[in-house]
Amino acid sequence: MISRLTQLVSVFAAAAVLVLGAAGAQAGGIAPKVIIDKSKGECVLPAEQMKRQHMKILKHRRDATMYQGVRGGKRSLQACLSCHAVKGDDGKPVTIKSEKHFCRTCHDYVAVRPDCWDCHVSVPDKAAGRAALKHRAGTMRAEASGLIKYLEGGRK
Amino acid sequence: MTSHSPDTRVDEARREFMKKSAAAGVIALAPGVTLMTMSSEAAAKADPKKRWGMLIDTTVCKSGCDKCVAACKAENGWEAKAGSPTDPQWIRKVDVKDPKTGFAMSLPVMCQHCANPPCVDVCPTGASMKRADGIVLVNRHICIGCRYCMMACPYKARSFEHHEVPEEEKAPWAPRGQGTVEACTMCVHRVDAGGIPACAEACDKGAILFGDLNDPDSDISKRLASGPSYQIRADLGADPGVRYARLP
Ligand code: HEC
Ligand code: HEC
Ligand code: HEC
Repeated sequence: MISRLTQLVSVFAAAAVLVLGAAGAQAGGIAPKVIIDKSKGECVLPAEQMKRQHMKILKHRRDATMYQGVRGGKRSLQACLSCHAVKGDDGKPVTIKSEKHFCRTCHDYVAVRPDCWDCHVSVPDKAAGRAALKHRAGTMRAEASGLIKYLEGGRK
Repeated sequence: MTSHSPDTRVDEARREFMKKSAAAGVIALAPGVTLMTMSSEAAAKADPKKRWGMLIDTTVCKSGCDKCVAACKAENGWEAKAGSPTDPQWIRKVDVKDPKTGFAMSLPVMCQHCANPPCVDVCPTGASMKRADGIVLVNRHICIGCRYCMMACPYKARSFEHHEVPEEEKAPWAPRGQGTVEACTMCVHRVDAGGIPACAEACDKGAILFGDLNDPDSDISKRLASGPSYQIRADLGADPGVRYARLP
């Protein structure tokens, strides 16, 4: 009987700790606060999935680009950077050197340091945006002309 | 046997891939023509029916002109200081002279995008690769910088990035970084978008012709069919996709 009572007490105690812990996390907590500008549209996947899967999405996309030439669209690294740009004091998007950079907020906290920025730019590039637009128009033209060629060839 | 052999792991990866491919929609437009839609992802551009190549007309290429080299540097963000033994070099102008006759000519040499690339054969990680459309690339994500490919290349087309690339010098479409091997990509980012390489665009003498070697109706194939052209060191059997016209 006594042992049963201690068991109950310990269960209650554990529950109380859990509740207190949750309240603590809600009131600021120790996890980093991620600043997100939601004005540019939805992410590739819902936030909960992005938190866990973004590295897989990036690696999948990286291979698709390297081996198959898949480019542009929401999953490109440039798209991540342009939606998730964080402005610094000078009004310009901050580079990866700044602690405020979107991709550093969590990474600094969990101590992961991907080497992506050795090669990739860490800010959205206006010129890149223009080039990407031009690219897209060019691609569509090329695709359309290929299709026309095929259809005309078929008619002969 | 409880642990996975490497083979079963490959099979698993393949099965995953097949599942994903099956989930992607395939729209048939006409027999033989399909549009693949990977859930909001853009379509694959590396077409196995194509083989991209270049034809360089050495009769119009002039010694001292380096517009193609300058265009490559600007497009891909590399710089080679004169006399530096370690700076990257994606394309260079070579002046050659026959000492017996005195005949001299000038030509650009870059990655020759071989059909049987020796650089791919020797790569220990699979980073050195040939795309389905014949473009030879370094997948710098898995390059460990061992430089075997640089030793294997008969054209000395690849170089190693020894220095850190500063943020302001990075081009979003052509990432480059310290510790990896790099070379001419045939401006794959432009080609995938229906464009032509920066060097071909920059040559105002029209000495660089870019196109699909597999398409008999392309300008490059017609030019190749109409006169003699050469591959540098064709005897090695690498079958370069870059051809030179009227090379003695
Ligand atoms: C050594 C240089 C280098 C490093 C380091 C590197 N990349 Fe790349 N990355 C490249 C190159 C080169 C390309 C090909 C660009 C092209 O062909 O357009 C590329 C392409 C990509 C692409 C496809 C581009 C697109 O349109 O979306 C993604 C995604 C990508 N890399 C993700 C990453 C991630 C994530 C990391 C870090 C874990 C990383 N890369 C590290 C060089 C690098
Ligand atoms: C069209 C704009 C847009 C693009 C493109 C985009 N995102 Fe997002 N991302 C968002 C928005 C908005 C949220 C917040 C979603 C929410 O809270 O419901 C978000 C959330 C996230 C989160 C979760 C952050 C958190 O703590 O909740 C991660 C991680 C993330 N994105 C990474 C990426 C990566 C990596 C890419 C590129 C592959 C990318 N995003 C592309 C708009 C975008
Ligand atoms: C919501 C927090 C969060 C944000 C925002 C975030 N990451 Fe991450 N990321 C993580 C965590 C946590 C890990 C480590 C996961 C692990 O250890 O398996 C990680 C891991 C990664 C990895 C894999 C590293 C490795 O060595 O395997 C890459 C690549 C990556 N993130 C890229 C990005 C990029 C690019 C951005 C900005 C667009 C970004 N992340 C933004 C939380 C985040």
